[in-house]
Amino acid sequence: MANVLVVAEFADGKVKKTTHSAVTFARTAAAALGGSYSILVLGSSAGMAVDELAKLGAAKVLVAEDASLGNYLAETYAPTVAEVAKDYAVVVAAASGFGKDLLPRVAGALAAGYAADITEVLSSGGTLQYKRPMFAGNAFGICVIDSAVQVVTVRQSAFAPAEPTGAVSPSEKVGIAPSGKAAGRVEWVKYEQVKNERPELAEAKVVVAGGRALKEQFYELLDPLADALGAAIGASRAACDNGYCAPDLQVGQTGKVVAPGLYFAIGISGAIQHLAGMKSSKVIVSVNKDGDAPIFQISDYGLVGDLFKVVPELTEKLRAIKAG
Amino acid sequence: MKILVALKRVADPDNANKVKIPADGSKVDTAGLEWKPNPFDDYALETALRLTEDGKSNKVRKGEVVVVSFGPKEVETTLRSALATGADRAIRVECTDEQLDGFLVARALAKLVETEKPDVVMLGKQAVDGDSNQVGQILAELLDWPQAAFAATLREESAGLLVGREVDGGVLEIRVSFPAVVTVDLRIVAPRSVYSTATDAAFKYNDGVRFAPLPAIMQARKKPLDTKSLAELTTEKPRIRYVRYEAPPARKAGTKVVDVDALLDKLKNEAKAL
Ligand SMILES: Cc1cc2nc3c(=O)[nH]c(=O)nc-3n(C[C@H](O)[C@H](O)[C@H](O)COP(=O)(O)OP(=O)(O)OC[C@H]3O[C@@H](n4cnc5c(N)ncnc54)[C@H](O)[C@@H]3O)c2cc1C
Ligand SMILES: Nc1ncnc2c1ncn2[C@@H]1O[C@H](COP(=O)(O)O)[C@@H](O)[C@H]1O
Repeated sequence: MANVLVVAEFADGKVKKTTHSAVTFARTAAAALGGSYSILVLGSSAGMAVDELAKLGAAKVLVAEDASLGNYLAETYAPTVAEVAKDYAVVVAAASGFGKDLLPRVAGALAAGYAADITEVLSSGGTLQYKRPMFAGNAFGICVIDSAVQVVTVRQSAFAPAEPTGAVSPSEKVGIAPSGKAAGRVEWVKYEQVKNERPELAEAKVVVAGGRALKEQFYELLDPLADALGAAIGASRAACDNGYCAPDLQVGQTGKVVAPGLYFAIGISGAIQHLAGMKSSKVIVSVNKDGDAPIFQISDYGLVGDLFKVVPELTEKLRAIKAG
Repeated sequence: MKILVALKRVADPDNANKVKIPADGSKVDTAGLEWKPNPFDDYALETALRLTEDGKSNKVRKGEVVVVSFGPKEVETTLRSALATGADRAIRVECTDEQLDGFLVARALAKLVETEKPDVVMLGKQAVDGDSNQVGQILAELLDWPQAAFAATLREESAGLLVGREVDGGVLEIRVSFPAVVTVDLRIVAPRSVYSTATDAAFKYNDGVRFAPLPAIMQARKKPLDTKSLAELTTEKPRIRYVRYEAPPARKAGTKVVDVDALLDKLKNEAKAL
């Protein structure tokens, strides 16, 4: 049976947008394999996700609902995912914090190969080939996975979110597989959410990103600019490390990967690790006082200047444009 | 506490934009680039050292740090420098990068764990050449141990670790009991990220990783470095096979604009991005 299983990301009663990107992958992969795709959702209230997931064209929506799946932990989720996955050719989730934590563990349970963060799926004589960035996006490798089940995570920005098909998929309950000893030796303590009313970084059409140069004025300067643009805020590692902004804003090789229509790099030098997370943006604008900063080499529009003057002026003028 | 640290050496990550792909796409050519330890593995070693000492008097190890690397003879340079930095013992598993994938490294590490019996296996969250991001999580499953992946803070407790993990949207705190697998994220080497039970809560580390003092580099030559063959640990084949490589689409530098008005004009009329 050459079918594809999507592991949905579901939290606080909501299906995450990441799942829709994984479904887009599944449509292509299932078509290439001549099979179908199903969606598995796990959680203590997973049933709540069924209506939304059933619209995405899956052969089935599989629901693993159990109190033991209250707060996500790889140790408690992996056994059930692995058990269900045994009947599929490919298991996929988005390369979010969730997918990158859980799916390699699932691969371990299945003695399967795992390819992370893939940006394209190709098919050659019925075999799936996966394209994935390596060396901070400076090379792409095209790989095949030689195991009965193939496990992958997909880069959200490379797969447009799947739209509803108009049909409604049937749903089915699945049992919880027994956890190993590991589950008894890990305890979920607490989650401190960073308040964020802005669009999700990975999904925003416009991203305003700030670097070390913004110092303590990071939000003071970027909030109004992001408001004027309806943008998400991102950051370089240096801005995160220095505590100028929340760590989950980091864009780059080891942070979030974004590909918005418009990306502003403000006071960011353009280290390769940063470029790895934003190089695929459609239009890149950078503001930097150093005319030789590497960021200019990949920017469509570069403005050499002091951001402390440029950003307020830009914000003012954008507001004026918006006001008509 | 006994910690096994997995160290990989990679082609200089800061020059990764100099990697070349030959026209036939047969490989990634890193010729001319220097070998460096994977930065996350440097962080893993620093983390292991912090967990096995009193920060104030860090010459004495409270426990043992064993470093392991899979690779050809040259990786011994990486292992020696880890010994100089403070690790007690090193193991090199003879193989080439082509013989490995994430699953095999995890399988072989699991086998080593049987004899080494560490309380913690400490790894980087990803190797920045392959960006594969998997060995720690696979290993944890193979061992049936808890996994603390992408750890940004660690507090040693009596029989385990309190771990702060940077996840999408915030920080998740979990507690794992020994033995456990930890993979470290960037901010693990911030001044207040890691505390052993011996280190005073008021103590502040220097930011980043420590460097080996000169005499330690000499002494490190006398520390034990064992070699094993890959076949002693696993005879399986890699599951991931690369069929070809491609260069990323090139991105050209655009234009410099003179001021904000010029920028807005371009964004509106040329890029149609506003
Ligand atoms: C393992 C590893 C992983 C990493 N992962 C990431 C990652 O995912 N994302 C990431 O971003 N980085 C990452 N980095 C860090 C990366 O190498 C750089 O150190 C970092 O991106 C630099 O941030 P920055 O551009 O804000 O700071 P800097 O490099 O210090 O640049 C600041 C810039 O601001 C400009 N500037 C200063 N004052 C002004 C002013 N008044 N007006 C205008 N411009 C001004 C300067 O000219 C300079 O170009 C990683 C590093 C390592 C080792
Ligand atoms: N060849 C290797 N030798 C030693 N450790 C490795 C090797 N490959 C991977 N690792 C460890 O596994 C971590 C994650 O690597 P990866 O899953 O390949 O991105 C690295 O940061 C290392 O700690």
